[in-house]
Amino acid sequence: MKDRENEGTLPGPAVFTAPHSRRLFLKGMGLAAGATAILPTVAVGQNADAETEEIPGLKILGRGEQKVTLKVNGASRTVAIEPRETLLNVLRTKLGLTGSKEVCDRGTCGCCTVLLDGASIVSCLMLAIDAVGHEVTTIEGVADDPKNAALIDAFCEHDAAQCGYCIPGIVVRSSALLDENPAPTAEEIRQGLSGNICRCGTYTKIFDAVGSVSKGGRT
Amino acid sequence: MKAFDYAIASNESGALAALERGYRPKASGIDLLDLLKERTAAPDSLVSIADIATLKGIREEDGGIAIGALATLEETGAHAGIRKHFHALAEAAAEAATPQIRARATVGGNICQRPRCWYFRSADFNCLKKGGPTCYAVEGENSFHAVFGNGPCHITHPSNIAPALVAFGAEIVTVAPEDGGRTIRAADFFMLPEDGGIMKENVLKKDELVTEIRLPAAVAGQKSGYVELREKQSFDWPLVSCVAAFNGTKWTIVLGHVAPTPWRAKGSESLLGKAAAITPEIAEKAAAASDRGAKPMSQNAWRLKLVRAAVRRALLLADGKEID
Ligand SMILES: Cc1cc2nc3c(=O)[nH]c(=O)nc-3n(C[C@H](O)[C@H](O)[C@H](O)COP(=O)(O)OP(=O)(O)OC[C@H]3O[C@@H](n4cnc5c(N)ncnc54)[C@H](O)[C@@H]3O)c2cc1C
Ligand code: SF4
Repeated sequence: MKDRENEGTLPGPAVFTAPHSRRLFLKGMGLAAGATAILPTVAVGQNADAETEEIPGLKILGRGEQKVTLKVNGASRTVAIEPRETLLNVLRTKLGLTGSKEVCDRGTCGCCTVLLDGASIVSCLMLAIDAVGHEVTTIEGVADDPKNAALIDAFCEHDAAQCGYCIPGIVVRSSALLDENPAPTAEEIRQGLSGNICRCGTYTKIFDAVGSVSKGGRT
Repeated sequence: MKAFDYAIASNESGALAALERGYRPKASGIDLLDLLKERTAAPDSLVSIADIATLKGIREEDGGIAIGALATLEETGAHAGIRKHFHALAEAAAEAATPQIRARATVGGNICQRPRCWYFRSADFNCLKKGGPTCYAVEGENSFHAVFGNGPCHITHPSNIAPALVAFGAEIVTVAPEDGGRTIRAADFFMLPEDGGIMKENVLKKDELVTEIRLPAAVAGQKSGYVELREKQSFDWPLVSCVAAFNGTKWTIVLGHVAPTPWRAKGSESLLGKAAAITPEIAEKAAAASDRGAKPMSQNAWRLKLVRAAVRRALLLADGKEID
């Protein structure tokens, strides 16, 4: 994993807002030799009275909106986010990438599946700020990738979508599945797509579509 | 979701400094985000431990295996050494949740995830676990609650990997600012409600961080089997699980998702004695003894039938036999 300290994309400023004392700080830091991250003491944040301190090995970001740079679909996008915002929310509402769908918002349905450094994950249970320093690929990026052309055609040819709301997540997951296992068996396809729910129940056509490109016919 | 202060630790001492100041640790945040969205949890501050290099990866060392707290369920399920020597653990990790969750869910977060009791998860019920006056499950909907070791709180422990860690005699290693940390036997890590585990499910202190899970050196003749029974095959927690592990001399049978902690089926263990080979008859007898000490609630005695099936199948699988 990349070292965020050197990325320069998160603001370094640190105001420590929890009550504490310098003495406690020194006591706690007896083990900190070798830590490299000395933060700039630029005082921004909610609590102007808070004692500002530099803690090796800790970057304190506060709770307010901050500018970060996210790498999404190959482009660097600078965006102001609060630490509590999910990746899904930022993709949809701040970066205009509405292909990832919010359905259950609790990690069960798979409709918000995106790739994080190539691995498929649910973006509703990830903080956007945690994506700094990683490559995010949404359905928009997956669809533009020439290696997925045959996969997407297969979804159309097999008439795999009914209402279609689950399909972006399923295509992203299928793309990752074919990266992990270029020739999955029917059972491996079912297992591999077990984190995606289709409420219209077009599973058989979805499995057929993925199966049709799995035998080396992806591109 | 309530706003929180956020900090990112790049090493263990940075994380401990934050914990000392009241920050709560966050690994991948899968369980935490669920709790935050439901307002079941509303911490003022979170420290991300996800970038700490010393907590990552799985190492084979001194004959044993050390699983970093940030190793994912996917890595754990796919690790060749774990698959070979601690098969039930690999299976438990590989069958948890969904592919998308397993890709990020950490083992540290998995053993520390909060229970799935629907009263606990709903902000509308201020039950015992949240410092309230009563357990709503006793008079309420308790089909999915505990049948062993329960009361006054009746949760089932949600972790897939916890029973295997207990069965294999794993140790949980921590760091803490005061005393530097400790090594805790998995069996001593999880806490029953009657032993003080009402507001929390394990012995961790607020400023203590899990750094790794250690599996002991495998011994000759070691074998294990894992079975979980689910209402849905995916995106939900198992109803019942069972790890049957033979360490060359004796069997350890640990049940999951039926008690507030991983639960030793001591009735089955004593019936098995030193029998290394499992016949269908022995498996059936051991399974029949699995309900010793059970305390089913008003709606959930059916779970004991699943326990029986899980024990029987796990034993047969451990011994390389066919299951129906
Ligand atoms: C749809 C769905 C289905 C699921 N199904 C299953 C299932 O079948 N079986 C199963 O076992 N799990 C299941 N899970 C739960 C999932 O495995 C856990 O939520 C996940 O492992 C938590 O890991 P995390 O890194 O995201 O933890 P976080 O959410 O970051 O943390 C969880 C808790 O652990 C604490 N914590 C984390 N790391 C440490 C550490 N190193 N030291 C001290 N405290 C720490 C945090 O403070 C927090 O309280 C499911 C989850 C979802 C969303
Ligand atoms: S079982 Fe535990 S968590 Fe659930 S309502 Fe009762 S006290 Fe609360």
